[in-house]
Amino acid sequence: MRRWKVTVVGAGVAGLATALEFSERGFVVEVIERGRALGDGACSWMAGGMLAPWCERAMTDEAVLTMGAPSIDWWARRFPGTTHNGSLVLALPRDATELARFAERTRNYQWLDEAGIGALEPDLAGRFRRALFFPQEAHIDPRRALPALADLLKRQKVAIRFGVDMQAIAREADLIVDCRGLAARDVLPDLRGVRGEMVVIRSREVSLSRPVRLLHPRIPLYIVPRGGGVFMIGATTIESETRGGASVRSTVELLNAAYALHPAFGEAEILELGADLRPAFPDNLPAVRRTSRSLHVNGLYRHGYLLGPAMARQAAEMALEMELERPDADLREWRSA
Amino acid sequence: MSFYGVELSSRLLLGTARYPSPKVLVDAIKASEAQVVTVSLRREAGSERSGQGFWSIIRSLGVRVLPNTAGCHTAKEAVTTAHMARELFDTPWIKLEVIRDDETLQPDVFGLVEAAKVLNEDGFEVFPYTTEDLSVADRLVEAGCRVLMPWGAPIGSARGLNNAYGLKAMRAHFPDIPLVVDAGLGVPSHAAAAMELGYDAVLLNTAVAEAGDPVAMAKAFALAIEAGRMAFAARPLEPRDMAAPSTPVFGMAALGG
Repeated sequence: MRRWKVTVVGAGVAGLATALEFSERGFVVEVIERGRALGDGACSWMAGGMLAPWCERAMTDEAVLTMGAPSIDWWARRFPGTTHNGSLVLALPRDATELARFAERTRNYQWLDEAGIGALEPDLAGRFRRALFFPQEAHIDPRRALPALADLLKRQKVAIRFGVDMQAIAREADLIVDCRGLAARDVLPDLRGVRGEMVVIRSREVSLSRPVRLLHPRIPLYIVPRGGGVFMIGATTIESETRGGASVRSTVELLNAAYALHPAFGEAEILELGADLRPAFPDNLPAVRRTSRSLHVNGLYRHGYLLGPAMARQAAEMALEMELERPDADLREWRSA
Repeated sequence: MSFYGVELSSRLLLGTARYPSPKVLVDAIKASEAQVVTVSLRREAGSERSGQGFWSIIRSLGVRVLPNTAGCHTAKEAVTTAHMARELFDTPWIKLEVIRDDETLQPDVFGLVEAAKVLNEDGFEVFPYTTEDLSVADRLVEAGCRVLMPWGAPIGSARGLNNAYGLKAMRAHFPDIPLVVDAGLGVPSHAAAAMELGYDAVLLNTAVAEAGDPVAMAKAFALAIEAGRMAFAARPLEPRDMAAPSTPVFGMAALGG
């Protein structure tokens, strides 16, 4: 049987993970991307890259945990830079109740005392009395992980064509898998943008081995170490579709979180301020939707790296069924219908 | 109950921030049968008005929108935000919030009165978020406010009615002004207590949005508010110092003698 030709539209984390899952199942895959280079215009370029399904469970649906937990292995098998050091959740003493609330809503953690925190993160020794440690969680640097996926695709003879618009899409494709994120709202009208802002800093004084979340009743934030003294601080979640740079207020909140974690961050250098819109469906959960000749992988919201693999797998399984259901001859008609 | 001539059957006003998802928000609003929802303009809307996904979801509910000036620190900022809100939501209603300090989120009553004057003169229908201070309340009414919204406790603190005596005094002092307890409630019994004091309505956000099951909690609050209102209308007993037996003592066999 001739295998289907599949065009994946979009080279963000959803598109690249989808292209891999399709290619691994024997589809003939190509990726087209509107941007000029990897990460260009992709909100996954701005992401934290935390693979933290148990932490996320404290704030969101059980489905995020169920779908997200296997992604830690998915990344570890495909990206050697996957760091498996767990994650740490802290609160300032006056927000101590937030820590208990967080713990109550999830599982797979250990309570740490001051000594336990110091043993894991020596630079935080003596600064916090209690913490939650999620030993099974991991993190990746999106700006190294996306190129790694692109390399894997290259080795599997999957081309990524940059600077190509959806309109110019190859006619000979049997299936289009639309992974455009927010740009797909022309066909997915219930998609909305949720603004997020982030800061990248470099500190010569503080070092961390794992992502640290700082709970706060209004502004929960996290700091992810990127190696070489570089840290990403993220991220705001604002129900706004305003484009444009990070606001002063958000920047102050993000930097305050770092400063509260360790005052030496006050001496850090600001490398980057960023803002983008995350694509989300009304339930804030991702979905694979089917329209006449396309699959749409979208709505990954705050969980591109955590849930991208599960969505990619789901789309690939759906495509396998569609391929079996519809013999080659029918397809031409189906496409022109 | 009516606010500025608008008749409402639900005595619950619901905030729209910090729900797990817009879908949960929509389900919570439906479960609570709230007819008024508050929206924060400053933080959420930004400057572009086109294609605001979140707003179109709220608009689709057909509920009345009460925009607020959350995040404003001066009267001037609040007035500017109110004008933006009137344009965006096409309503004269504005929940006026002027905050002095982001840590305590206490109303800045000086800025509040100042902004209330300006907005009332500009034709707004102002819902001021205030404390239970009677002098401040007097000034707000003098400025033209026909609804007052004293706090139960600091925003998001879930402590309930911190000063039930003060709230009661306010009710007695302003028998004809609709009074809404706004902020600081945690559980439905807090809302019932406010309604039992004779308050006209309750405004909630965090207690519902951050509950484990926001939809069920929204419904629970709605029931408590209804119960509290019904109890108030049924004229509850005042506490007494002595036990008052519900069966008469007279006629019992006299012992001793």
